[in-house]
Amino acid sequence: MADIDLSSVGKTFAGTPALHDITTWFEDGEFIALLGPSGCGKTTLLRILAGFEAPTSGRLRIGGRLVANADTGANLPPEDRNIGFVFQSYALWPHMNVRRNVSYPLEIRGLPKADIARQAGAALASTGLEAYADRMPSDLSGGQRQRVALARCLVSDPCAVLLDEPLANLDVALRASMQGVFTDFHQRTGATMVYVTHDQSEAMAMADRIAVMDQGRIRQFDTPQALYERPKNRFVAEFVGRGTVLPIQSVATRGAALEAEVLGARVTVQAEPDRGRVPVSHVCLRPENLSIAETGDLRGTVSRITYMGGKYLLEALTTCGSRLFVETRARFEIGAQLGLAITSPWAFAED
Amino acid sequence: MGIALQTGSSRAEARLLSSILIIALCLTLAPVVRLFFEGVTDQGRPSLDLMRDVLAQPSTLSALKHSIVTAGLGTVVSLVLGAAFAFLVALTDLRAKAALVFCLMIPMMIPPQITALSWIQIMGPSSVLLKTLGIAPPLGSPQPLYSPEGIILLLGIQHMSIIFLTLRAGLRSIPQDVVEAARISGARGLRTWWQVVLPLTLPSLAAGTAITFVTALGNFGIPAMLGIPAGYSTLPTLVYQKLAGMGTTVLAEVSVLAMLIGAVAVTGILLQRHFQGRQKLHLVGSTSRPLALPLGAARLPVEIALWAVVFAILVLPMFGLLAASLVPAYGVPLRLDTLTLDKWHEVLFRQPVTTRAFANSFGLAAGAALALMLICLPLAWLMERRRTRLARLFDSLLDLPYALPGVVLSIAMILLLINLPFTDATLYGTIWIIFLAYMGRFFAVMFRPVQASLKLLDPAMDEAAQSVGASLRRRLRDVILPLSAPAAAAGAILVFLTAFNELTVSALLWSSGTETLGVVIFNLNDSGEAGMASALAMAIVLVVMALMGLVQLLSHRFPKGVVPWQT
Repeated sequence: MADIDLSSVGKTFAGTPALHDITTWFEDGEFIALLGPSGCGKTTLLRILAGFEAPTSGRLRIGGRLVANADTGANLPPEDRNIGFVFQSYALWPHMNVRRNVSYPLEIRGLPKADIARQAGAALASTGLEAYADRMPSDLSGGQRQRVALARCLVSDPCAVLLDEPLANLDVALRASMQGVFTDFHQRTGATMVYVTHDQSEAMAMADRIAVMDQGRIRQFDTPQALYERPKNRFVAEFVGRGTVLPIQSVATRGAALEAEVLGARVTVQAEPDRGRVPVSHVCLRPENLSIAETGDLRGTVSRITYMGGKYLLEALTTCGSRLFVETRARFEIGAQLGLAITSPWAFAED
Repeated sequence: MGIALQTGSSRAEARLLSSILIIALCLTLAPVVRLFFEGVTDQGRPSLDLMRDVLAQPSTLSALKHSIVTAGLGTVVSLVLGAAFAFLVALTDLRAKAALVFCLMIPMMIPPQITALSWIQIMGPSSVLLKTLGIAPPLGSPQPLYSPEGIILLLGIQHMSIIFLTLRAGLRSIPQDVVEAARISGARGLRTWWQVVLPLTLPSLAAGTAITFVTALGNFGIPAMLGIPAGYSTLPTLVYQKLAGMGTTVLAEVSVLAMLIGAVAVTGILLQRHFQGRQKLHLVGSTSRPLALPLGAARLPVEIALWAVVFAILVLPMFGLLAASLVPAYGVPLRLDTLTLDKWHEVLFRQPVTTRAFANSFGLAAGAALALMLICLPLAWLMERRRTRLARLFDSLLDLPYALPGVVLSIAMILLLINLPFTDATLYGTIWIIFLAYMGRFFAVMFRPVQASLKLLDPAMDEAAQSVGASLRRRLRDVILPLSAPAAAAGAILVFLTAFNELTVSALLWSSGTETLGVVIFNLNDSGEAGMASALAMAIVLVVMALMGLVQLLSHRFPKGVVPWQT
């Protein structure tokens, strides 16, 4: 098991920058998710951690060991890094049966036959695959293939496990149960795991910390709760959860509280305590910050209704043209007039 | 900290790639470059005198004219036959398409000297088949095939498969929706074909025509068997006659002739690439279901016509060959009392030259297939992973030794190997020059299927092995080799099939003791032993068809595009 330390890691492909100056640290045993829209550089970052790509700038340490240094051009090849990698396509070798797929990493290490059989058996058992050991990959379902890939990467006791959108090819029900498999696996082994995904609910459900990436940069690296409740910038506020970002017209301090003018209404907002230096400029309105009240500060018209099971999500157009999301148990018709009240939204300074 | 960093893996890959690339370049492109230098120098100094002299000779000009006329008109014959079959097979609801396609591929796999031999056996005054049927022309009347028209006809039949294959591949890439949209809009029958299908397939038709012309231009077996008796020389037969008559003293002169053929061929190849590049435009949509426009009442007559053509160009000549091999002497009609297996026995077991040729051809073909497999597997994989500039350049040029006429490569190989650098040794006259020439010539035949299968291979297969610690050697052995084995096997069988029957290269490179089967058939026929030549040819045809059948049986295990007659 090992921590992962990146300092100023950058990558350009044929002159086009894919990663800018990433400096961060993944703790030993942490479950990290790299989350972002496609093309944000998350897969490139993962492939640099694995050694499939060499960074064009910066240094990378895994477990204290310097494995890549762009200054000297040194890049420890993947086969010498002792990491596990789970591919989106699973990458099971179609000409080997399940047992051979799982025991191959041990064969490479030249272990005695008895040890190979024992360890491969244990890995198969821990993923619930004993019954399928003699099948070929083509005879397995998607979820079973994914578990073989997981067994193969944990059999050699890697110091970190990297997962590249491993659930993208599975259907919704299987995805949920595989999330359970990954979480259990992480708790049992305590391995450092880095998980790439574009699906925020997946990242929220599993990760200890999430790095939200955009255009080759980490925009915020925080716990799922912090990302949702205390976004640091507009990109994170809009990408994570369902929210509307609105500009603040003016801001004033009233005692310990911060009061801002949003869409002409004065509301008390929350912000980072040390944000006093840089004045907050925007608020993030989540559905839970809005309630329907005839006495509300804002007025809006219902423009779209989505049934969410037990409740409705309303899209409301305010008189000044902003689009807001409100959750309610009551039924409304399209075109209905609403009064909306804002309660303590999160405010941040957009940089 | 302070752990020594290695870039071991990628350095090992780069090293392996460059060393294999150098071998491959020596095999394929070095001879061509050497030939070019021979043509533009005179005793080591740059000079175009020799080229001017040779090009001014009347024999050169008439051979060039003959080559262009026979190859050009032969291409027209191929175009008519191949296109008719391709449109009907690819677009309509004919029955037994697979059998038809397989039969149409046989002319491509039967070597040209055997095609020529078999046609000679069904025409002319001494044809055993015609005598048996009692319809032979009177003795003394000329063999009609010993003429430019005969060469044109047989070149056309020999290469119709190329047009058929490229056009069929083009037709298959047309989405069915496009044709259905035309029919919904009210276009019927021929109108759909004329206004929708034909314009979309023109690039592949043009590309197929260009490559057919190049192949016909380089054909040696047919003009040699039919043209030499008639005193009608094409460029390849002129080169052969000069080299056979005067030996290596005319090497410089025939180099210029080879360059002349090469120049015409390269023009054709460039045209083909140009059209092939335009073929892939704008075709989106499902191509999963093949088209099957109903022919209605015309179906049976069309089927009968197609099978009649197959009978005439495939079955009939084979009957001629068989009949000629079963009579005691040429010109004797085949009856129950004249039927004998003497020629078969003689040629397969008694003649030392034919048994030696069997051994030579088998050894050369199997050796070349095996050696090429060993080179092409790692090379194709490394080139896929590391697209260096040299690798890309090689990728675009490696078809050249196969696309260029065999005569060109043979002369180039002689020039390259007649004096090995830094020694007095020569490979000319040994079996090794033929072996190396085969390696160069059939490189693309092996490389392209392997490359196609590796392109389809998920790179994660290799990366997964890398991430669990497998070294380059182990990944090649445990992952890449097993996954590309079917394509490599198909490539090896194709190399074997082509090399086993090869004539053009070995006709210029053989010497006593290193005869190949192609050379022996040619020489037997040349010395009047048509019966023995027919028996040997028939035996080879049976081997070819058995091997093709084997590939066909295994075809479901090969990736798409590996088996040439299953594009």
